[in-house]
Amino acid sequence: MITTVNAQQRSGSSPMAQSPRSPSSQAPYLTVSVSDPAKMGNGVQAYISYKVITKTNLPEYDGPEKIVIRRYSDFVWLRDRLFEKYKGVFIPPLPEKSTVEKFRFSAEFIEMRRQALDVFVNRIASHHELRQSDDLRTFLQVDEQTMERARSMEIGIFKKKPADFMQIFKDVQSKVSDVVLGKEKPVDESNPEYEKLKNYIFQLEDHLAEAQKHAYRLVKRHRELGQSLSEFGKAVKLLGDCEGNALGKAFSELGAKSEILSIKLQREAQHLLMNFEEPLKDYVRAVQSIKATIAERANAFRHHCELAETIKFKEIDMNKLRLTRSDKLAEAEREYEELKADGAEATRKFERIVKLMNEEIVRFQEQKTVDLGVAFHEFAKGQAELAKGISEAWRSLLPKLENCSS
Amino acid sequence: MMGYENQGYEEAHLYASKEQMASIVLADDYSPPSDGSKSFPDDPLSSSQFVEIPTNDTDPLQSTPSKQALNSSPSTIHSILDPPSYAEAVFRSFDLDSVDSGDMNGQDRSALASPSSSSYYLKISVSDPQREQEQSASLVPGGSSYFTYLITTFTNMPEFSGTEFNVRRRFKDVVALSDRLAESYRGFFIPVRPDKSVVESQVMQKNEFVEQRRAALEKYLRRLAAHPVIRKSEELRVFLEASGKMVLVRTTDVASRMLDGTARLPKQLVGGKSLDGGASDMSEVTQPAKGGRDLLWIFKELKQSVANDWGGAKPPIVEDDKEFLVKKAKLQDFEQQLINVSQQAESLVKAQQDIGETMGQLGLAFVKLTKFETEEAIYDSQRACAADMKNVATAAVKASRLYRELNAQTVKHLDKLHEYLGVMLAVNNAFSDRSSAFLTVQTLLSDLSSLHSRIEKLEAASSKIFGGDSSRIRKIEELRETVRVTEDAKTCAIREYERVKENNKNELERLDKERHDDFVNMMKGFIVNQAGYAEKMASVWETVAEETSGYAKK
Repeated sequence: MITTVNAQQRSGSSPMAQSPRSPSSQAPYLTVSVSDPAKMGNGVQAYISYKVITKTNLPEYDGPEKIVIRRYSDFVWLRDRLFEKYKGVFIPPLPEKSTVEKFRFSAEFIEMRRQALDVFVNRIASHHELRQSDDLRTFLQVDEQTMERARSMEIGIFKKKPADFMQIFKDVQSKVSDVVLGKEKPVDESNPEYEKLKNYIFQLEDHLAEAQKHAYRLVKRHRELGQSLSEFGKAVKLLGDCEGNALGKAFSELGAKSEILSIKLQREAQHLLMNFEEPLKDYVRAVQSIKATIAERANAFRHHCELAETIKFKEIDMNKLRLTRSDKLAEAEREYEELKADGAEATRKFERIVKLMNEEIVRFQEQKTVDLGVAFHEFAKGQAELAKGISEAWRSLLPKLENCSS
Repeated sequence: MMGYENQGYEEAHLYASKEQMASIVLADDYSPPSDGSKSFPDDPLSSSQFVEIPTNDTDPLQSTPSKQALNSSPSTIHSILDPPSYAEAVFRSFDLDSVDSGDMNGQDRSALASPSSSSYYLKISVSDPQREQEQSASLVPGGSSYFTYLITTFTNMPEFSGTEFNVRRRFKDVVALSDRLAESYRGFFIPVRPDKSVVESQVMQKNEFVEQRRAALEKYLRRLAAHPVIRKSEELRVFLEASGKMVLVRTTDVASRMLDGTARLPKQLVGGKSLDGGASDMSEVTQPAKGGRDLLWIFKELKQSVANDWGGAKPPIVEDDKEFLVKKAKLQDFEQQLINVSQQAESLVKAQQDIGETMGQLGLAFVKLTKFETEEAIYDSQRACAADMKNVATAAVKASRLYRELNAQTVKHLDKLHEYLGVMLAVNNAFSDRSSAFLTVQTLLSDLSSLHSRIEKLEAASSKIFGGDSSRIRKIEELRETVRVTEDAKTCAIREYERVKENNKNELERLDKERHDDFVNMMKGFIVNQAGYAEKMASVWETVAEETSGYAKK
């Protein structure tokens, strides 16, 4: 078993050795990667497993590098635990469970999922609150059997299976939108800034979803154009064959170029998918995760309000009992104190959520700017390179055509 | 097809320096630029001139007011020219290329064209559809109506009796023109006329249909005008020049033939006295037996063709022109591949259109996002994000517009493929002319041989009777007379066949050359177009990549 002693020994033996008591001069780091998807099992039971590699110098972890095998449901477990424990934090989103059976094992889907899981874990690892979570440590360190046990325990504690989480999400979503739209009886915070934020989040989701939809279509169009060019090239080549002579040769060259460009288009389609469309989709999910946090905040607020009301009534009851010098007074007083403690706890919880959310929204906006900026850059770069490749390919044909027109 | 448009254009180019010509030509070639947002699948591209006019011409977008009025009627289709700024940009990208590209449409063709055809122009335009009533017996109110079109011609060809004509013609007249040309110019690759499209005329909106027909007629007449032989034809001249109701004299008298059928057969075979291979006299016998004509002759030729196909015996003569057969087979092959390429070209155009549209929609989505983020911005990071989105949105919208322009040009270039499908129709017609002329010869030869064998039989029978058999002798005399007539007819038919063969041959040569030039130009145009627009798009995206380079992963 690798222990912290070992870690110290290791750092002790390195050239940059320090005495165990002095603080580490290396900045603490924790990087994770998700890679090497592999199909496990057969038939209906089959699933994809991923290698999760952790590199760190944090003392809480077993050594500088650890590799574990995880599957999608393990990630879901982690997300659910974090969501429970860190209310108010925008938990990074997970890619969706695949609904279409035959798509589940397609190379494209697996790669999209792997990338999304990688982003998920890295976001947790770089979040100053979440990275300290025990559950994260468990997820990154324990062997598969322990992980499986932990996962199945959740069914008892968390009551619902991961598949139903979507349903909860949806209930929460509709509940929150009801609240926002003022359909339910107002248990809102009457905080205009917060109202504005909620509106913003809802609208942002719509806008991002639309952009993502068109981005996905654009990927498809690239593929279709590539396909058309390829067919066109083949047909032109055949025309060249039956023509013979210089003109025929020119046709053949044109056809060949078209086929080359078709490949470029397919490649760009893939690049566009992974580096532009997926980040947009990721942010749609991220916004949905924020909505879940909004729902949690609403719950906490309602709970806090309900308790406050209950406490008020209890106070009234108590005073009544005091006046009537009832022997139930002592018990009532005890209950009252309990309620007050609960109330304080509920208020504390609620206020913590508010505080966290205020920090989170700033972090979210900054991260969004960076992440989308990267996506935009990749998009522009990809399109520019594609266009350049296309123009160069066509221009290279011109001198050959010159030979034709005698 | 076969660069007919190019020929018309070539003439325009050569005379651009002459102001008079320039204004005429340019008014016909250019309509006021639209905002380029027309969807190309619907546009029949009537005035399908290429956009790549060399920029050293007078400004192509100017036109004199009077000529402008002629073309500004609502029925004139605006060519898919984009606003001047984009058009310029297109020109520039062509100019930057090899010097040849400026020449490729004008000078090349003029160098190759025969000297005589390059000094004359024949400019036709079709406009101003008007509804007119059927004149005959209008006792019944609400008689049927039809449309007439204004045919305007400018020419300096000596065959015409003036330089400018305006006549009104209806579609029936065009059908008549087409039929007369088919009769007179057997073996030529005569451009195929527009369809009668009876169904469409019922189904389509009247305006749409009339406009489509107008455009198709214009295209057809221009193609005729571009054909080096047909442009000089009497039929075309009458069609373009003769005011009032058009009467194209039929070289054959259908009605009387129908009535007298059998009895007139010998006369038909003899026809007029002159036996030089002029079409007018011997055309009766040498016309293929079309419907409504001499029924007996039809049966004879049919019998002959069946005998050719199914009969055991070898036909009297066979097509032995190996060179021709090889060429024909090659052309059939070519036609097949052309159909295929033409279909793929349509798919390609559709795919280009789709990607442009989606890019535009993506751009719009980002425009909305930008607006939203800007309005709701609380943090600076949001403002930065909004600025990035704006760059992407602008680029996407620009790219979308570039795709649209690219596609409009692509359609024009690849349209050459579709045109050549029309040319192949004309080619097949010309080959049919040859086959039917050949069939006529074969039939006459069969006739002769059967006449000879009948004479033989009669002579043999007659010789057995002492003193001769007067009725048989009379019969033999009749038959000998028929033989003489048939021999004359055969000579004519053979002459006609040779004529058609010669026409085929010349046209094939012309086709080969023009096809070569046309397709080279098409490819050049297509390639330069694709490359040019790709470069523009590259520059648009490179700007955004530059602006977002701060986010680049190290």
